[in-house]
Amino acid sequence: MKRNSLWVASCTASVIIAIVLPVWGSPSVAANDQPSAASAAVKIDNFVFGPQTLTVPVGTTVTWTNKDDIPHTTVSTDGVFKSKVMDTDEQFSYKFTKAGTYSYYCSVHPKMTGKVVMQ
Amino acid sequence: MIDKKQDLIDQKLQDLNNDGVDRRGFLKCMAWAGTGLVWTISGGIPKSRAFAKTADRSAGKGADFTFVQISDSHIGFNKPANPDVTATLQTAINKIKAMPQKPDFIIHTGDLSQLSKPSEFDTLDQVLKGASAKQVHFVPGEHDMLTDNGEQYLQRYGKGTKGAGWYSFDHKGVHFVGLVNVANLKAGGMGSLGHEQLEWFEDDLKGRSASTPIVLFAHIPLWTIYPDWGWGTDDSEQALSYVKRFGSVTVLNGHIHQIRQKVEGKVSFHTAMSTAFPQPAPGTAPSAGPMKVPADQLQRVLGITDVNYLVSGRSLAVVDSPLGDPGASSAGGGGSTSGS
Repeated sequence: MKRNSLWVASCTASVIIAIVLPVWGSPSVAANDQPSAASAAVKIDNFVFGPQTLTVPVGTTVTWTNKDDIPHTTVSTDGVFKSKVMDTDEQFSYKFTKAGTYSYYCSVHPKMTGKVVMQ
Repeated sequence: MIDKKQDLIDQKLQDLNNDGVDRRGFLKCMAWAGTGLVWTISGGIPKSRAFAKTADRSAGKGADFTFVQISDSHIGFNKPANPDVTATLQTAINKIKAMPQKPDFIIHTGDLSQLSKPSEFDTLDQVLKGASAKQVHFVPGEHDMLTDNGEQYLQRYGKGTKGAGWYSFDHKGVHFVGLVNVANLKAGGMGSLGHEQLEWFEDDLKGRSASTPIVLFAHIPLWTIYPDWGWGTDDSEQALSYVKRFGSVTVLNGHIHQIRQKVEGKVSFHTAMSTAFPQPAPGTAPSAGPMKVPADQLQRVLGITDVNYLVSGRSLAVVDSPLGDPGASSAGGGGSTSGS
């Protein structure tokens, strides 16, 4: 019961995020005139995204690295970004150019979820 | 008379071995013999000797047919504890070839490959050919649908299937249904069958007599084993509601690389060992990643499952057999049922 209500809560949360997030065209094209070359890292280890919530300034490029012996992916819940499958030590980077909260998960192991908050 | 004596000796030895097949556990297995399903499983390392006894007593000589389940071959995986998963699959195939009763077919419950690479599927095909099986039935694991939504898998193994690769077939009076619960997985969820497949499944069972034995097979367990690791299927309950009226239902799964079993009414659930690498028992490790075991113990935790079906007794005997056969001598020198 407790688990169910938690699930409902997390589902509701992602629905809200989906509504709040604006829709845009080609998010992978970074704005050229932005000076930021900031980067941040998310490590995938033991089937966990770490940190689970990453809060960084807009314009940051986030790089996920798979430290597991099992392949993982990083897929935005709202279709904003989608990595190829990452085998051990492989990486995926994405530059976030708009503020907002981005929920993502591993499409191979969907229990693995994380968030990137762009401020 | 001699048999009886031997039985007692066996039971004693199994007690002493303390390897999971204790006397109580064995008797519990035996208790199911009259109710439909006969299982001879023992916490990962089954005793072939125990299987022989079970087969003699309850299944009778010569089952109507036998099929083998193999699972989680992960061709392409090359890390500890198994740098050579092709070799361990080959060992599994050798065991199948040495079986006293030739299986009518093989079922592979998914994760044929590690990364859905064409070369990995090629290698799998090549090794499987060695089994000279009349037919191999597949369902995909999540590792087989990593790159292209399973397109390549479907091209190679999904001819004549529906949707993401589900299908059914009949064999000597038993109805087999291969289900796919690794496609379109939702964030935060476990395995998923989806509406379209559930509808098809309900329809597929319609008009079948309740006395038809049903065997369901899918990659991720169709019962919730450990939700924290995603070891279950979100909408399996609905699927199982469709088989409630049937007198004998056997559910065969893979994914968790270890033997787990449960009997719920007339439904028996069973997960198979991997032919590639073991995974930890639920909650005993930080994650469900590969379990590293010493090289000399690897073959004890990998294996195959063979299933004997006897029409007259309407019973299925599900027997797990590790690739290595470390217990044979300690169980009184009994030979392995699947040869070694």
